[in-house]
Amino acid sequence: MSALSSRGEPTFAHRRRRGAELFLLLLSLVVGIGAYAAVGLGVQGRVPADIVGYGGWLAALCLLCHVVVRFTAPYADPVLLPVVAALNGLGLAVIHRIDLGYAASHVNIGPFARNQLVWMTLGVLLFVTVLVVLRDHRRLQSLTYTSGFAAIVLLLMPLLPVLGRTINGSRIWIGVGPFSFQPGEVAKVLLVVFFAGYFVLHRDALALAGRRVMGVDLPRGRDLGPVLAMWAVSLGILVFQRDLGSSLLFFGLFLVMLYVATERPGWLVVGGAMFVVGAYSAYLVIGHVQSRVDTWLHPFDPHNNSYQLVQGLYGMAWGGLVGRGLGQGDPTITPLGFSDFIMASVGEELGLTGVMAVLLLYGLIVERALRTSLVCKDAFGKLMALGLAFVVAFQVFVVIGGVTRLIPLTGLTTPFLSYGGSSLVANWVIIALLLRISDQARRPAPDLTSPVEDDATQVVNLR
Amino acid sequence: MNKPIRTMSIFCLLLFALLLLNVTYLQYVDAGNLNSRSDNKRVRDAEFSRKRGAIVAGGQSVAESERSKDQYAYQRTYGQPQRYAHLTGYYSYIYGRSGIEASQNEILSGSDPRLFVNRVVDMLGNSQPKGGSVALTIDPRAQRAAYDGLRALGPKVQGAVVALEPSTGKVLAMVSSPSYDPNRLASHDFTKVQDAWKSLNADPDQPLVNRAIQQTYPPGSTFKLVTAAAALSSGQYTPDTKVKGGPRLNLPQTTTDLTNENGSTCGGDPITLTQALEVSCNVSFGDIGLRLGHAALRAQAEKFGFDQTYLHDLNGQVRSRFPAHPDEPQTALSAIGQFDVAATPLQMAMVASGIANGGTVMRPYVVDEVRAPDLSVLDKTTPEAFRSNAVSSSVARDLTQMMIEVVDNGTGQTAQIPGIKVAGKTGTAQSSPSRPPYAWFVSFAPADNPKVAVAVLVEDAGVARNAISGSGLAAPIAKKVMEAVMGR
Repeated sequence: MSALSSRGEPTFAHRRRRGAELFLLLLSLVVGIGAYAAVGLGVQGRVPADIVGYGGWLAALCLLCHVVVRFTAPYADPVLLPVVAALNGLGLAVIHRIDLGYAASHVNIGPFARNQLVWMTLGVLLFVTVLVVLRDHRRLQSLTYTSGFAAIVLLLMPLLPVLGRTINGSRIWIGVGPFSFQPGEVAKVLLVVFFAGYFVLHRDALALAGRRVMGVDLPRGRDLGPVLAMWAVSLGILVFQRDLGSSLLFFGLFLVMLYVATERPGWLVVGGAMFVVGAYSAYLVIGHVQSRVDTWLHPFDPHNNSYQLVQGLYGMAWGGLVGRGLGQGDPTITPLGFSDFIMASVGEELGLTGVMAVLLLYGLIVERALRTSLVCKDAFGKLMALGLAFVVAFQVFVVIGGVTRLIPLTGLTTPFLSYGGSSLVANWVIIALLLRISDQARRPAPDLTSPVEDDATQVVNLR
Repeated sequence: MNKPIRTMSIFCLLLFALLLLNVTYLQYVDAGNLNSRSDNKRVRDAEFSRKRGAIVAGGQSVAESERSKDQYAYQRTYGQPQRYAHLTGYYSYIYGRSGIEASQNEILSGSDPRLFVNRVVDMLGNSQPKGGSVALTIDPRAQRAAYDGLRALGPKVQGAVVALEPSTGKVLAMVSSPSYDPNRLASHDFTKVQDAWKSLNADPDQPLVNRAIQQTYPPGSTFKLVTAAAALSSGQYTPDTKVKGGPRLNLPQTTTDLTNENGSTCGGDPITLTQALEVSCNVSFGDIGLRLGHAALRAQAEKFGFDQTYLHDLNGQVRSRFPAHPDEPQTALSAIGQFDVAATPLQMAMVASGIANGGTVMRPYVVDEVRAPDLSVLDKTTPEAFRSNAVSSSVARDLTQMMIEVVDNGTGQTAQIPGIKVAGKTGTAQSSPSRPPYAWFVSFAPADNPKVAVAVLVEDAGVARNAISGSGLAAPIAKKVMEAVMGR
């Protein structure tokens, strides 16, 4: 008998690279703590007194993440965690800088940095929990419909009469006592899980080709149900919650995952057409979408309510190539310079250089997530990683593109940078999920060679 | 599924490439535009806490920044506020800038490309960048004589004086009355600034307007210089040519006649062209205008600068105009500077200056030198001909001689300076019966080697109607300004 060989495909063996991750994490800490010190020097002329406590806390959080990853996901991608730590640290420093700016001009807003640090701690704890509890991402597949249901409930919660709150014109918040939370941020993670599970099950049916138009196979009419449903949900978010950003994000996420699952560009054509119809009718019907577009096209028209956008642009122009330096600009002029417009604050004080660095960090997150999706062996993991990558990429594009007047402004948070607990916590969970998938994907295949067999027993004829 | 994942990767790459390109455009390419917008508070704040360069006239600074102890590091102060207000302009946190403060803002604030090296040195030395200074062409004695001369007519006087150096186009004096105190607008006490701004804008006498360049007035008889220039240039006239005189000129197509001021007969009929200018004879010049036609008059006016902008150093210079399609009676009226002819005082100074300079009109300028914070000269304006041969040199000589006669024997005798030949022309322009006439005087001296050309306009001095005349109100001021320039 011939011995069974292993599968025999020449697989690339990933290394763990945990040492590299630790080294990169140290660099991230230099960014985070260094920025904090620079803010103190720039605003108050001295290194902040609590730099040891603050730096220690940040370092402890990073170290905790690293240790947990080392033990629970040893093969996980080594770049993601340091990049996220750097962004989160930089965001904290910039928020702290804005706090100091408001305090100096006696504006009664904030302080936010301390809250943000608490939220970051919470995010890290959730990150740890996900990695420890969820040892295999495929177990989430059994929660497909539960996730979908939970996502819908979360999305509906802000519309409830007692719980829901309207902040800055959007009804996307729930509040209990002094705490407010954006359930949509968590919903987007749950939606990724739901879409991934749903498409893995139904991709074959959804991939059946219908009519062929101009070289593209359009889907069959009877398969349009889910797309129509999702389209309606997105429009509902736009109409009832007045949240253009989330509406776009959810519909885009759905389309992209559907396209990847079925490998049918036809879905993009159908979905894109529905998007155009929806967007245009929203523009015609909904006043607040119209004013966003007008502001985008004519920001310097005094009739447009474009003060925030224009001040953000002025701030970024004032920063120029290398920026005014942390603590040396006037980022408090721009309303919401610590949250929606934090990129304008970064642009003002760290310049084009800083903005490009931040964009490249985001690019790295997306790239590592897409790479994970490529090397992942199971369809569910592939779709999840892709969905999470898209959520980050799309969110970064929409919010930074809005602040820099590339596209009309829509309210979405800048991942890891901007102030906001719900978003920060949700994004830490996204990173934990990505690390979990990438650990599975990069782990060497278990040795499938059959164990050495005993010598075959000979049949002895006793006759 | 890997193929669509790769497609999506490229899509994401595109998104990031778009973002990177867009921020590069925003923070590098378009940054200059955004920074120079007047409602940009950041740039304004930075300018206000920076040492702004001085504006200097004849060695004395008329605007400078001094240390202040409030929210901004420096306070802009104007040493001779009223006298130089329309030149320096104001520098206000709320209402922006005007005058030289506006037109030379880049150099004064230190953001001019010519100061790039200074900025780098300041940055390396960790010191605040400083602005460069601007030296004006103004002769402080002439400016003082002009301002004091106008103010001497009364507290409510409205008028303007412009003095030019004929050979270069340097503005030696530019005064507009009523004036204002730019210190009140530059204050850091914003409520006071707002009050000052409101009261200045509510003032019916419009003190913020620079009457020397931002308003046009009917030039009246001073425009006869342009008509005479056109006549002499046509070749049909010499100073001794006999022209129509007498008490009245029958205007074609109408039943009205053109008459002379105070019913004069101009001393006969016919008279010489020189005599006609000497007594400022409306009949003669109306007739000449009809014979030359409006096209010739307009062409001559445009050669002196009508219907053009030429002053780059101050914002808001308006064009002087000659009516587009006057019919015959309107042409006759235009030839004596009435009807729709309108000129700024600067324009009339340029007419005198062009005649004084042998027919070449120099481009007027106010900024003589631009200096770095260490006072090294960055740029010095080179005089430039705005229009050579506005009249030929022989026509210029004839006109000069005729203008000397005006001062020696004619309507301009109040401008005589003992021992110096003065060439001049008066004007008293009626615009409507409801308002007092405009008193004008344009002149230059010394007539044989001109050092200064002046135009004086008195719009309203609050005196009785019959006391208003170019020779009575305007000529004495011109005389004082010319004396000041010539060091008398």
